[in-house]
Amino acid sequence: MTDTSNKNPVVSVAPSPHVFSMEMTVPVMMRDVLIALVPVVATAIYFFRWYALRQLIICVLFCLAAEVVFTRMRRRSLSLGDLSAVVTGVILGLSLPATAPWYVGVISAVVAVGIGKIVFGGLGMNIFNPAMVGRAFVMIAFAGSMAASGYIDATSGIDMLSQATPLSAFKQFGTAVPLSSLLWGTTNGSLGETSALACLLGGIYLCVRRVAAWQIPAGILATVTVVGAVANLVNLHSQWTVVHHLLGGALLLGAFFIATDPVTSPVTAAGKWIFGIGIGALVMLLRLFSGYPEGVMFAVLLMNALTPLINRWTIPRPFGGV
Amino acid sequence: MLKFLKKSSPSGTPGGSFPGPGTFAHGVHPPQQKELSSDAAIEIVPPPDKVILPLLQHVGGPCTPLVKPRQKVTFGEMIGKGDTLISASLHAPVNGVIQKMAVTTLPNGRHLQAIVIRSEGDQLSGQQLWDRMFAGPWPEKTYQCLDPAKITDAVHAAGIVGLGGAAFPTHVKIAPSDKKPIHTLIVNGCECEPYLTTDYRVMVEAADAVVAGTLLAARAVGADKTYIGIESNKLEAVDALRRRAAGAGVKLAVVRTKYPQGSEKHLIKAVLNREVPLGGLPADVGVAITNVATVTAVARSVMRGIPLTHRVISVTGGGIVQPKNLLVPIGITMGEVIRYCGGLRKTAARMIAGGPMMGFPFTNLQTPVTKGTSGITILTHEEIRRVDQRACIRCGRCVDACPMKLVPTKLAVASRFRDLNLARKYNIMACFECGSCAYVCPAGLQLVQHIRMGKALLAAEMKK
Ligand code: SF4
Ligand code: SF4
Repeated sequence: MTDTSNKNPVVSVAPSPHVFSMEMTVPVMMRDVLIALVPVVATAIYFFRWYALRQLIICVLFCLAAEVVFTRMRRRSLSLGDLSAVVTGVILGLSLPATAPWYVGVISAVVAVGIGKIVFGGLGMNIFNPAMVGRAFVMIAFAGSMAASGYIDATSGIDMLSQATPLSAFKQFGTAVPLSSLLWGTTNGSLGETSALACLLGGIYLCVRRVAAWQIPAGILATVTVVGAVANLVNLHSQWTVVHHLLGGALLLGAFFIATDPVTSPVTAAGKWIFGIGIGALVMLLRLFSGYPEGVMFAVLLMNALTPLINRWTIPRPFGGV
Repeated sequence: MLKFLKKSSPSGTPGGSFPGPGTFAHGVHPPQQKELSSDAAIEIVPPPDKVILPLLQHVGGPCTPLVKPRQKVTFGEMIGKGDTLISASLHAPVNGVIQKMAVTTLPNGRHLQAIVIRSEGDQLSGQQLWDRMFAGPWPEKTYQCLDPAKITDAVHAAGIVGLGGAAFPTHVKIAPSDKKPIHTLIVNGCECEPYLTTDYRVMVEAADAVVAGTLLAARAVGADKTYIGIESNKLEAVDALRRRAAGAGVKLAVVRTKYPQGSEKHLIKAVLNREVPLGGLPADVGVAITNVATVTAVARSVMRGIPLTHRVISVTGGGIVQPKNLLVPIGITMGEVIRYCGGLRKTAARMIAGGPMMGFPFTNLQTPVTKGTSGITILTHEEIRRVDQRACIRCGRCVDACPMKLVPTKLAVASRFRDLNLARKYNIMACFECGSCAYVCPAGLQLVQHIRMGKALLAAEMKK
């Protein structure tokens, strides 16, 4: 673009505006998500060692590969530059059990990108959170590997893997783990969900950077707190307190990293509140009344499906409107 | 306590006593870049060899030419008459001879017939010109006994239009109406467009004329309260106006610096905490609003009988050799103005009539400066760098930026798919193309362009 003529610089025309904020771009947002995931990934690898590393590598590689193959097939231009496939891969890996066999990772990754994203037309067009689509698929297809017993591998040499996950332990035996284990992450569970502290750390970073809309986690956590408190009052002897509800399971990972996927959540502030409150309510409904120990994934997918409707309900009142 | 805080507020925060919150919801903070030209005192450009005067420089009907080729005209003579109510007459900014009618294309895309005058003979110029247009005294005692109708008539005859960029005929804006009585006049000195310093320099260098014009406009429209709204980044202007305004009963409303604070509706919100109804006018909430440079033209026309022949413009941006503020005759070519400022730098990449958020690009240096040209912004490649275009990720940043509280992403989608019902449902017509949404979009989408197209489609459909 060097200009050779001294007299006449090359001028262009384009519609207004002519200046742009370069602070936030889609690749920067994706990079921020990856930065926010660092504490979560680090604790996962620290606690689950090789199991975590293996699962994450499989998921990321196969998400990338699926992105390449599927975009080629649909003759779309490749969008690897925006890192979104990497984000999907990491979040998917973090939502799987450490012990899930390798093909579970592969298949869920291919489904996440292929069905969760590309068939809708690529990033921005999908209705459902791709990672959750992939996870839901393997949860149904490989029910055994993904069910409560799938989390347990007594032969691994890793302590936590010999225990049941906190939520299913409670569901089956009515025993609650100490809160400190939930906070630090010394429990069994999906790779990224065990350490509440790591999720909070990364999540707060995302909200501060405004990459995640804070209304969504706020709505989820507030609802879980209220419903959890009511449940506590109804059943005073339960060892599983409202704090257990907040720190345990996939709640924090889901609230900060999964529900906040902009593409599959509403665009207006009011819509984001409704979306968050809806997820919180569904999670508690599933946790308290269904046969499943955890409900974050289904709650997110359900609210994803409602997002177009929520957007329509929450058309803001324009300035000067009635 | 709050009032006290407001009054003694330091720079950067709203101040003065007015009922509004001093700001509005949403909006953006583009880099202001005012320092390029803010300290450059207004220079008076020598009369050019020729001026090009399109017959339509305002909102409304074009004016009818009153002159023929080879006819001699003198400074201030009416050469085009605005016959319809919403129109504005045109006056010769120089002494000279009328040339053949020309066709010119304005940056906004309009092709227009234009009167061309070749300068001839002595010209009013330099300090003399400045003194007649802006320098004191402005004997304000006389205003109260002026007949309001006389003021609007003088403004009408002088061909004055809004100089802030909208170019709506001023005599219409300051005409009193029985149906919608006006209680408050707000004079807009916000100049929220980045780069431009036109209004700022006028307030600093011609504060007396601003106050005089404000009083006259208030008298014309029958307002008993008057405010001059200024963004908090223009403290020197506040200082220049303060004493004179207080003595005259004009209040200064220092509002927060944020784009687009200079939008009429948002300034009314900030100063009075009133919302102009959707699709309505300031008069619907009893307010008249006009720009600071415009009221100096009002003062000039009423007190000195001088029509609108000249205006102040900023020539600024990283792509101009010497950024300046200039008093120029309307009709001078952009090329001449740019030459006066030392020409373009090699890095210049875009020439804009107006500022970078709402201005129109142009390439032809023969394009004339019109009544509504508030400046020329020359941007470099670096300054117009934009985000790579990708698919919308529905992040809602555009929603949080839109000062009209619209959903720009939806409006753009509706426009692209020509879904006019959806566009209407989302109030597309309320968009005033301020550019805030496109400024923040992390996917680099051309939201304003799409919305503009949708608005045009819908307007065409409604006409049917
Ligand atoms: S800011 Fe851009 S990417 Fe975000 S919702 Fe609006 S149009 Fe889509
Ligand atoms: S250009 Fe229109 S839609 Fe975009 S921010 Fe401005 S008013 Fe809102």
